[in-house]
Formats: sequence, C-alpha cells, structure tokens
Amino acid sequence: MIKKSKGERIFSVFNVVILGILALVCAYPMVYVLFASFSDPMKLMAHAGFLFKPLGFSVEAYKTVLTNPELYTGYANTLLYVAAGAVLNMIMTLLGGFCLSRKNLLWKNTIMFIFAFTMYFGGGLIPTYLIVESLGLVNTRWSMIIIGCVSTYNMIIMRTAIYGIPDSIEEAAQIDGAGHLTVLWKVVAPLCKPTIAVLALFYIFSKWNDWFNPMIYLRDRSMYPLQTFLRELLIINDTTNVADEAALRDTANLNMSKYVIQYCTIIVSTAPVLCIYPFLQKYFASGVMVGAVKG
Amino acid sequence: MSLIKMNSVQKKNKERKFTVYNIKKDFKKNHTIYFLLIPLFVYYILFCYGPMYGAIIAFKRYSPALGILGSDWVGFRYFEQFLTSDYFWKIMRNTVVLALYSIIFCFPAPILLALMLNEVKIKWYKKGVQTLTYLPHFISMVIICGLIRNFVASDGLIGQITAIFGGTPENLLMQKENFRAIYIISDIWQSIGWNSIIFLAALAGVDQELYDAAVVDGAGRLKQVIHVTIPAIMPTIIVMLILRIGGILSVNGEKVILLYNELIYDTADVIGSFTYRKGLLEQNYSYSAAVGLLMSVVNFFFVTMANKVSKKAGGYNLW
Repeated sequence: MIKKSKGERIFSVFNVVILGILALVCAYPMVYVLFASFSDPMKLMAHAGFLFKPLGFSVEAYKTVLTNPELYTGYANTLLYVAAGAVLNMIMTLLGGFCLSRKNLLWKNTIMFIFAFTMYFGGGLIPTYLIVESLGLVNTRWSMIIIGCVSTYNMIIMRTAIYGIPDSIEEAAQIDGAGHLTVLWKVVAPLCKPTIAVLALFYIFSKWNDWFNPMIYLRDRSMYPLQTFLRELLIINDTTNVADEAALRDTANLNMSKYVIQYCTIIVSTAPVLCIYPFLQKYFASGVMVGAVKG
Repeated sequence: MSLIKMNSVQKKNKERKFTVYNIKKDFKKNHTIYFLLIPLFVYYILFCYGPMYGAIIAFKRYSPALGILGSDWVGFRYFEQFLTSDYFWKIMRNTVVLALYSIIFCFPAPILLALMLNEVKIKWYKKGVQTLTYLPHFISMVIICGLIRNFVASDGLIGQITAIFGGTPENLLMQKENFRAIYIISDIWQSIGWNSIIFLAALAGVDQELYDAAVVDGAGRLKQVIHVTIPAIMPTIIVMLILRIGGILSVNGEKVILLYNELIYDTADVIGSFTYRKGLLEQNYSYSAAVGLLMSVVNFFFVTMANKVSKKAGGYNLW
C-alpha cells in the first residue's frame, strides 16, 4: 500500500469537511422550519438570523393547525388520489410494458411509436384542459386519478425489465398452458417486483407532490388535496405587493404568528415523506439507474 | 455467426410485412395482447392525441359556446400577434437565459458532488451526506417555493441577516434583478444530491485496474481524478449535457408560477407561466394555445435533435 502524502491527507480532510457543510446547508431550511414551528411567535419575532434550537417552546400553532378540518380533508383526498392513482398507474404501466415486450408482435413498432411520440410532442396546456373539460372530468375526483395515469418513460423502463426475463421461463409457462394474462400475473409480475416497486414509488411521490393538476381541474374545496391547501396558505396568502407588505409590518406580530402557522403546516404535511424517504432512497436511486441503462 | 444473424434479421423483416395474411395470422395469435392494450390506447388517444387535435384552436377564434370544431378559423392571426408583440422576445429571452444559467451552474454541481463523494472512504459518512443532500428532492414544489418566498421576504431569514450586517432588508422577489439568482440557487439546492446519483453510478463502474495503473505511473489523487475518473465518466456527462441542451425550452414553468409576481414578469415570465396566465387566468384560449403549439414544435425539434446527437455520442437515447 502506498502511503498517503501529506497533501493528500489535507485534501481528504478538506473534502470531508466541505461535504459535511454542503449536507448541512441542504438540510438546514427544513431544520429551520422545524425549530421555528415549535418557537414562541413573540420570541421568533424578536430574533434575527439563523435558528439553532426552538426559541422558547410553544405548541399553540400546532393546535391551530391540527384543529383545522381542511388539513384532514387534504390528507384524505391526497391519500385517495395517491392510492387509487398509483394502482391505476401500475396496472397501465405493467400492461403496456408487458404487451410491448412480446416478441413477434406485428404492430409492435407502430404502437411503440404512437406511445413514444407523446413524450416529445404534446398539444399543450390549454387544449389538454379543453379536452378534459369536454370529457366532463373537470371538478371531479376522477380527473386526479386518470390524468397522467401512465408515463411513457416508466412504461419503457418496465418493458426493458420484462425483456430481461429469460425467454425460457415464459415459454415453460406457455407450454404448461398459461395464456398471456396468466403469464403476466403469475410469471412476469413476480419476477419484476423490484422494478414494479421502484416505479410505484415514483408514481406515489409524483402524485403526492402534484399541485398543478389539482389547481387547474378542481374547484370544490372538499376535493382539494393537501398540496392545494398548502399553496393557498404558502403562496397565495403571501403578501404580493409592496403596499400590503408595509401595512403588515405594523402588525408584525400577526405576521409572525402567520409564519409559525405556515411552518407548522409544512412540518405536518411533510413529516410522512421525511420519515419514509431515508429508508426508500436506495430504491429510488436504483430507479434512476433503471432509467439510465434502458434501451 | 453473422450469417445466422443476417438470416434472423431477414426472417424478422419478412414477419414484419403488413400483408393481409400476416395481419390475420398475427391477430389470431396475439389478439389477447391487443385487447390488453385497449386501456392504453384509450388513454393515449383521449389525453395525448386529443389535445393535439384540440391544438387546432390555435388557428381558430375559440369560443366555449361553439366548441373546438365550431369556432371560426382565423389562420395564423394569434401566431402573428404573439410573434410581433414584446412578449415574444421577453419570454424567449427569459426561458433561454434561465436554461443557460441552469446549464452553467446547476449542471456541473452534481458532477462535482459525485466526484467529491467518490473520494470519501468512510461509508457511513458518505451515506449520511447523500441522504441529507437528497432531502430537498422529496419536498413538494409548493413547499419549496413557499419556503423560498418566506426566506427572501423583507422580514424573512435572509432579510434578517441583511439587517444584522447593516443593510436594508427588502423582499428580494419584488426586485426583478434577483429572480434568476433565486431560481438558480434554489434549483441547485433542490437537485444537486439527486442528480449526482447517475454520476455516482458511472463512477462506481470505473475499472479499478485503471487506478492501480495510474498509481504505478506515480499519479497522485488529483492526477487520478483528472486522468482516470473524469475521462471515464465523460460519456455520461456528455449525454446528460446534450439532453439538457435539448430541453432548453422546457424550463420548469411550475416553479416560476409559484415564485413570480407581476413586479418581476420582466425577468421571470417563461413559456410555461405565460401560457398558463394567458390561457387559464385571462382565458385567451386560442392565443395561449398558439403560443403553446409554437413552443411545442420548436421544443420537439430541439429534443429530437438532442436525442439523435446523444445516440451518436454514447449509443444511448431515450427509447
């Protein structure tokens, strides 16, 4: 083993320190939100600069947030859209991937082209809206489940994974008298579990975080998912012109309570994701790789 | 070997001919497959090709009462209106400038992070850094933008720090010269960890023998990085770069919509936010559809070009 030179050792230490700082910088905004959410609004107002611990301790804001019925409406709707949406997504993706991985399918390239073309070209926002409207899907829960119910990109990843199954296994099943559907559910799906899991995770996260489609297509507050309520609270409710801002400076206390409420809501609505992702990240990472080696 | 291959290729081509006989035979054998594809066809026709048909309203004066087919044709009026207005240059400039900044600043950041992570030999530390840098990727765009707005407000974190150093705190998102910096910096924060994954994987695939050989030749750590690591991951970098350049017009309009306000339209408004505002908020359906269609066509050109080039460069493309 060749000894490390002094310069290299300095470099290693330097490297580790810089990475540590970077990691902290990446995580700090959420840590700040966490600390601020437990802080006493009065103390938070008097404080300037970074927070390294909650200032005082108050759960008043959490009480306000947790007694807001819209939080539960949002959570319930989000869970519904995520669950139903992800199931439909996976069925469609699996079907598409399976069918397009069949050999000696006469129309395969044609169908592939029809699907893949939509990755590169689309009608645009307004025509999409008008079509969805003409289908009577605006302001229905179905719109949240159906729109975007298959991603061509993910379908191609699925197809590549199915290609990876040795032909002999499927042929053996067919010789035993299994039809296409049996092969799909009994042979292909179990063998592609890792890919299915990864794609399901991608779908779940994108549904969970989606705010644009709900904003466009939903009108009734009773159907809003979490992200739409969050948008109201964090973005629209925000002071957007200078006059307002000056007026609010007089009522800075009120403003600070508003901030604390916002921070609490952020924590309450992100906690599940933040608790889960460290355990799932290796699957996500492998998903990125599945996407990279396909084709 | 090559003869067998050629034979099978010929055989394949023969099977792929759309003769009546072949179509019948194929349907007999594969009809279940085609039935299974029906839900997908329905989806693609309604939600992907339907809007493409709907895009003809760009050439019509769309009125909700008359519908897509019934509205009057106006030809290229809305295209002309857009191309001759000030909006056109402003929006093109904003979109392209944001994309270029993002290529210059956001693209190299994850490569650098991957290279640095690759030099860390302590496993748990490396994993810890990765977990923390992935974090922003999992937070929803609404929350990210809400946080940004809070932090840059005059009484937000950055304002407070400005005040400590004797500056006058101002809401940075009210000043148009700050928007791009805010967008790009937050973008690096959001994507640096996640985008490093693909480069880390490329780094893991570098042949260890190359390093051993470099060490024998007397290369230090830095020399190894310059002469072994970087050349080894160059194909990945080039392909990612080309795809990024291809997507130059697909700046994330969602983020812009969440961040901007009318005071900073001059620098913030991009294609996505403009079509959304004109179309859904101001209900100029046809005008917005025309802008969207124009941009889709240009974008399509860019993306397919990028795909072609990356296929040549790395034998690697989107499908």
